[in-house]
Parts: sequence; structure tokens; C-alpha cells
Amino acid sequence: MMDFDTFNQLLHLYAEYSAAVDSSDWDKWPEFFVDDCSYRLQPRENHERGFPLATLSFESKGMLKDRVFAIRETLFHDKYYQRHVVGVPRVLAADGERIRAEANYAVFRTKLSELTTVFNVGRYIDTVRRTSAGLKFESRLCVYDSEMIPNSIIYPI
Amino acid sequence: MSDVHAAPPLTWELDGTSRVPFGAYTRDDLYRLELERFFYKGHWCYVGLEAEVPAPGDFKRTAVGERSVILTRALDGSLNVVENVCAHRGVSFCRERHGNVKDFTCPYHQWSYDLKGNLQGVPFRRGVKQDGRVCGGMPSDFKLEENGLTRLKVAARNGVVFASFDQDVASFEDYVGAKILGYFDRVFDGRRLTILGYNRQRIPGNWKLMQENIKDPYHPGLLHTWFNTFGLWRADNRAELKMDEHGRHAAMISTRGHAKKATEVTAGVASFKQGMQLHDPRFLDVVHEPWWGEPTAVMTTLFPSLIIQQQVNSVSTRHIQPKGPDAFDFVWTHFGFEDDTEEMTRRRLRQSNLFGPAGFVSADDGEVIELSQEGFRQKPFYRTIAELGGRDRSDSDHMVTETLIRGMYGYWRRVMEAQP
Repeated sequence: MMDFDTFNQLLHLYAEYSAAVDSSDWDKWPEFFVDDCSYRLQPRENHERGFPLATLSFESKGMLKDRVFAIRETLFHDKYYQRHVVGVPRVLAADGERIRAEANYAVFRTKLSELTTVFNVGRYIDTVRRTSAGLKFESRLCVYDSEMIPNSIIYPI
Repeated sequence: MSDVHAAPPLTWELDGTSRVPFGAYTRDDLYRLELERFFYKGHWCYVGLEAEVPAPGDFKRTAVGERSVILTRALDGSLNVVENVCAHRGVSFCRERHGNVKDFTCPYHQWSYDLKGNLQGVPFRRGVKQDGRVCGGMPSDFKLEENGLTRLKVAARNGVVFASFDQDVASFEDYVGAKILGYFDRVFDGRRLTILGYNRQRIPGNWKLMQENIKDPYHPGLLHTWFNTFGLWRADNRAELKMDEHGRHAAMISTRGHAKKATEVTAGVASFKQGMQLHDPRFLDVVHEPWWGEPTAVMTTLFPSLIIQQQVNSVSTRHIQPKGPDAFDFVWTHFGFEDDTEEMTRRRLRQSNLFGPAGFVSADDGEVIELSQEGFRQKPFYRTIAELGGRDRSDSDHMVTETLIRGMYGYWRRVMEAQP
């Protein structure tokens, strides 16, 4: 379905994404997406029942930048570290323009001076576009099993 | 065996309700009494929207206080709420959160109930025939009709369903009172609702802190940068604060200001961002809806279990489900109306980014509630100060006051301090 070089690029995209959101490198986060992208964080319940509501639902790179500004400047929150562990992507389809892939993820949260806890667990459902600047997310849908959110989610999953 | 000593009463400074003792948020004995007196007696608790159980056989599992209950649409179309505890051995039998069934059967011994909670059948009730004799069976005086599920009293108004374990509770309309009922009917005017979806969060703080959060117009212009910068909620917005005659329910009514400019209410406010521009202004693509009337936001608190949100085009119910004195589950149901255009639905969904457990505005409410609870725990002899606007408890035509919090504690004290 896909040559090794492309698969390797896909692994690279996933690895770089996790590294950015785990190191608080927020400015990098929107740059993993094309301009007319979609980023959604949705409880599994809504996804499976066909409800459109998502916990976060962004429809452009501009909205992602607005989120970055909010994380930095406007959203009061108790600071925490997050750590993503992402499984090997399962490639569903690929052609000259796009790759459709899924991957399981687990995100751990560590608040300062507190124990580490499992924070958000789910599945990425992605459409990745081939661009001149390499692979970019056209859409990233994070469907999470952890429907009972431990208070709040501030940083991107 | 030692005697059970009555818990020491709380000490209220100034003998009013402007200084709430931290013990009101942390003491387990008081919390148990709150469950009995507010959630299980004399009050209506929210259980859901009719649109969640539109068809006969539909059910939704939810909670009243800490007790698991099931909202059902019976085969005759009636709405029912039954407790999720089997009459036989107490099994909390309903595990699905929603679904459609003809009846409920407990997995342990197959006792089955209809959607109104009536016990329909008990296996081996008449015993089992073996070698020409009947073995076992229930006693001859065992009656199905005396052994159903606990049925709650149900009230539905314009598509919103409430329930009470107390069969003698006042009518829903009397319970809410005419003044606040007007704000309830403003959102729920009889149009059919459409469910957009759910958000759930567990907030590690006392349940009353969320009621207070929505009775507190002091914080939004300070904590929530988005609100003050875009004029959605600022101290100089035109506003009214109203409560029912008991002080338990309230509405915060606000009209969005047009100017985004800095004034005395933003000068020195760390969260006001003069130069802030959205990269994508569609987050705030507000379109006035005729049913609003003049206010652009009305936040209604129905004590003890519900918040009704109308913030510009985003509407939701927020259900408080307490989990001990130090935590509660907060379940958001976003909805729209049957006559919404596709564009309006998209707009409601976009604006929902402001709300919920990750919302641009609401995420920090959960954060500060958690931190309040931490402070209460470490300094149990202390108290809050809720004295903005004075120490009285009356309606207000501005929002520079904590009167609604004082009003709620006036009611809280009357109920909690009453002799049983």
C-alpha cells in the first residue's frame, strides 16, 4: 500500500508531533497542519453515537494559533507536564495525495509535585496530505475513551 | 460503643452569609445532610432532556445526587424515572448509559421490570416441580406489585425533565418560582430540542462551588480574558441579577457591550488584552436570535443540580452530580433547536469551543474550583469573604456584587440548620 520511505515519513510526523506537544513547544503545533485543517478532540461517546459536539473543534490553522495564544496568555490553569505514548500507525489508505491512518495514544499528566496519572487515552484518526513541505495533517481527530475528563484539558493532545 | 456526638455547628462570622466557613465545603457529615435535604427531599433534580429519550423504550442512565437512576420513555409514551437498584439483591443492574429496551432484567436472578419500574416476573416464583412435588418458590404472600423499583416523581416542562425521590415535593413551577421560571421558559419555550453531544468532567471541588461560580458575576471579567476582551461579559455590561424568593435559584442576565476599548473596568486587570485579535474570528461569529430579547447571555442556576447556559449562540445544560464533599461530576449537554439552520448548528458548535472542560472560557473555572478546595482543606477553621456589593441578599441591577452567593447561603442555612 505504501513504500517504506513514505511510511518512515509518517512515523517521523507522528514522532515530531508528540515531541512538540510534550515539550511545550506550542508554536510548532499548528505547523504540523495544512492551512485549511481540522483538529478535533471528541469523546468516544459522541463519535459513536453520531453527535457532532467535540470538546475542542478547530477548523483552520488560525484557530490552532488562537489556542496557542490562549494556552500562553488567557487560559488560567495549573501547569502540568504531559507525555504522549503513541502506537505504530495503522495505514488504512494511501494515494498520491493523501494517507489515511490511525494510531492509539495514551497521554500521562504530571502536575508539579504530584504523582503521574493517566490523563487521556484514545485513538487518532488522521488524514495526512503530501505537500511540498512534507507530510502535514489535513485533519486529526482524537477520539478519547477517557470520557470523564480529570477536571480540564488545556494543552493539545 | 461510644455515643454519636452531634457535629459541631458551623460558626458564621457576623451571623450573616457573607463569610462562608470552609467547613461547609469539606465536612462529610454536612455533605451527607445536604444529600438528604437538598438532593433527596423537597427539591427537583435535573435528569435530562426529552430529546434524549424520544421513542418508546428509550432510556438514559443518570444520577440524582449520588444515586443512580434511569430516565425512561415507557411504551405508552410516558416519562418515568426509576432507581437503578434491583428490588431483590440491590444490584445496580443497568450498565448501559443509554439504549432502547422492552424491559429491564437484572443479570443476577433475572428479575425483570417494565419501563415504569413495575416488577413483571421472578424466576421460580411458584417453585420448581421435581419428583411430583413443588420445591421452593416465593412465599404465597409475595406480591409483584409490592416489589418494584423505587419510582421517582417526574416533572417535565418544555422538554426538560426533573425528578424527585420526594413524592410530596411542590410542583416544579412552584419550586422554581415565577421570576426564574421566566428565564427557564426563555430558553425552553416548547420548541423541540436537538442533542449536539456531551462533555463530562470530574472537578475535584465541592459541588456548591459550581453553583457559586454561576452566581458570581465578579470573576468572569477578571478570570476569563476572552469575556472581558470581547465584551461578552464585563463589569460595565448592562446586567441584572435575580433570585427566587428563597434565594436558592438565580439568573445572571447580561447584555454584551459594543466597545472593546479599555476603561476603568479593564485598566489594571491583568487578563484584559487590548491588542488581542483572533486569527480566526469565527469563534465569535455571534448572530442575535429573536428569542433572546435584549440580553445576550443569561446564566440560570436551579438549585441544587442544574445550570442552564445561554451565552450568545451556545446553549447547554450542565448537570451537577456530587461525589463526596470534595468532588462532583459535571455533565454538559449541548443542544440546538429543531428550526436551526445548518449554519446555526455550525455556529453553536463553533462557539461551544468557549465552554466545557477544555473551553477557552470554562476550563479555568474547574481549575480555580480545584484550587479553592485545596485551600479549604488546609485551613478548615477559616472562611470565605463574599462581601462585594455589601452583605445583604437582594436582587441587583449591576454585576459588581456577590449578592447571589449570599442569597444561596441564606437558603442553605435555613434548610441545614432546621431541626429535623
